[in-house]
Amino acid sequence: MRGVAEHLLSAETRCGATMLELHAISKRFGAIVVADAIDLTLSSGEALGVIGPNGAGKSTLFNLITGLLRPDAGRIVLEGIDITGLSPEARCRAGIGRSFQIPQPFDHLSVFENLAVAALFGGGLSEVDAIQHCGRMLDLTGLEAKANRLAGSLPLLDRKRLELARALATRPRTLLLDEIAGGLTDAECHELVETIRTIHAEGVGIIWIEHVVHALLAVVQRLVVLNFGKVVAQGVPNEVMRSREVETIYMGVPA
Amino acid sequence: MSGFDTIIEGVLLGGVYALFALGLSLIFGIMRLVNLAHGDLILLAAYLVLSATTALGLPLAAASLLVVITMFVLGFVLQRLVLERVLGDDILPPLLVTFGLSIVIQNGLLLGYGADSRRLQAGAFESSSVALAPGLSVGLAPLTALVTAVAAVALLQLIFYRTSLGRAFRATADNPAIAQLMGINERNVYAIAVGLSLAVSVIAAVVLGIRASFDPSIGPARLLYAFEAVIIGGLGSLWGTLAGGIVLGLAQAIGGRINPEWQILAGHLAFLVVLMVRPRGLFPARRT
Repeated sequence: MRGVAEHLLSAETRCGATMLELHAISKRFGAIVVADAIDLTLSSGEALGVIGPNGAGKSTLFNLITGLLRPDAGRIVLEGIDITGLSPEARCRAGIGRSFQIPQPFDHLSVFENLAVAALFGGGLSEVDAIQHCGRMLDLTGLEAKANRLAGSLPLLDRKRLELARALATRPRTLLLDEIAGGLTDAECHELVETIRTIHAEGVGIIWIEHVVHALLAVVQRLVVLNFGKVVAQGVPNEVMRSREVETIYMGVPA
Repeated sequence: MSGFDTIIEGVLLGGVYALFALGLSLIFGIMRLVNLAHGDLILLAAYLVLSATTALGLPLAAASLLVVITMFVLGFVLQRLVLERVLGDDILPPLLVTFGLSIVIQNGLLLGYGADSRRLQAGAFESSSVALAPGLSVGLAPLTALVTAVAAVALLQLIFYRTSLGRAFRATADNPAIAQLMGINERNVYAIAVGLSLAVSVIAAVVLGIRASFDPSIGPARLLYAFEAVIIGGLGSLWGTLAGGIVLGLAQAIGGRINPEWQILAGHLAFLVVLMVRPRGLFPARRT
């Protein structure tokens, strides 16, 4: 595990500096507002949790950050550079990695090749460095024994691990995790949390959308609550969890 | 020996069909694009080689190399400027556009070169033959075509499975949106794929131009043979395409032996039989 950090981070990250900023990001599909002037900031090396009911706009938020969707209004700034107009592949190369809620590996590539593609193109590594880096990421996620299996043949847990490993292979400085703990057993979930802690400890900034709240709270330093495409609460995780907004959303207690 | 002769003849013919089909198979495998102008693009390449040998006075090999580069660039630009705009969930627009392109190329060639039949001059190579066994000799040109087809498939497979470009091709074929999120420039990958497809088609063009005369109207028939070879072999599999070409060549040779008028018909019948028995082709790619 030693030496993972310098491969994950191509630049020294200054603690406290701003990593990612969303300025009044809005997006609507017809009459449905999925992002309503969202302001969000991720500090360098911070782990930020995002919760909210289904349809609150959580995955849309990631689609906007990664460039799969273009916002109707607002700006996205990554490490001081406006990336609002950049393509998804350029944003990946600029340091944003993402895992999907439903794992979407390249089914007809081997596990190793899935990572290699990410490291070569997204991570901008040479062939030799990519092989080394991918080896480390396989090790970190516990996939080394399955490196040569076709990704399409993996069971769910390994697909989730691959999703994480492939996102890491692009050498992100900001990692977006979308409900990666869902559908796992307690033991599997615990193992995953440890892996994410390791990644975070190495200085990677994380935004993590999760319904498995105990897993989320074991890692994140700050929590944001989304509802109807708006940030309705944010702050220290335990305080946010006890807030009236969260009770209203999850328990149905009238405001 | 006459039965054996027929089989040899069929296999060699199959090499030619495989060369016609490779470029088509390549871009279908990566982009799910059926290029209806494929046959006419082969013809365009044949005419460009002809011009390079006659007007520029280059030897055939040098002319072919020049046209390989030209066609690669043309394919790249064609994708970026034209095809890219119509690729999407709907399969009809690319079909219409490539059909239109086919007509444009045919008429462009007619305008530029006239309707006369042309041939590429390959000197003694055209008529020399090699003896495989006593009493059994095959033409050097058809044998070279088959060997070239096998070499081209092997080379493309090598690119697909051993290079980072190939991994980008396969990743993009699997899931273009995710490929982009992994830092792959999808537009460039597609443009390189079309460029490669047209570059490979130059080999088909040279073989076509040496073995028979050609005129601007024969593109669509080449497309048909290429299409049949791809379908018989199984979509998305390059070795399958080679096998498909050989099945088609064998069927035509055997049909032609029974009755010369049945040659083309026998090929189409073999295609229909494969469609009925193995609708996904003989060697379909591992698609889920």
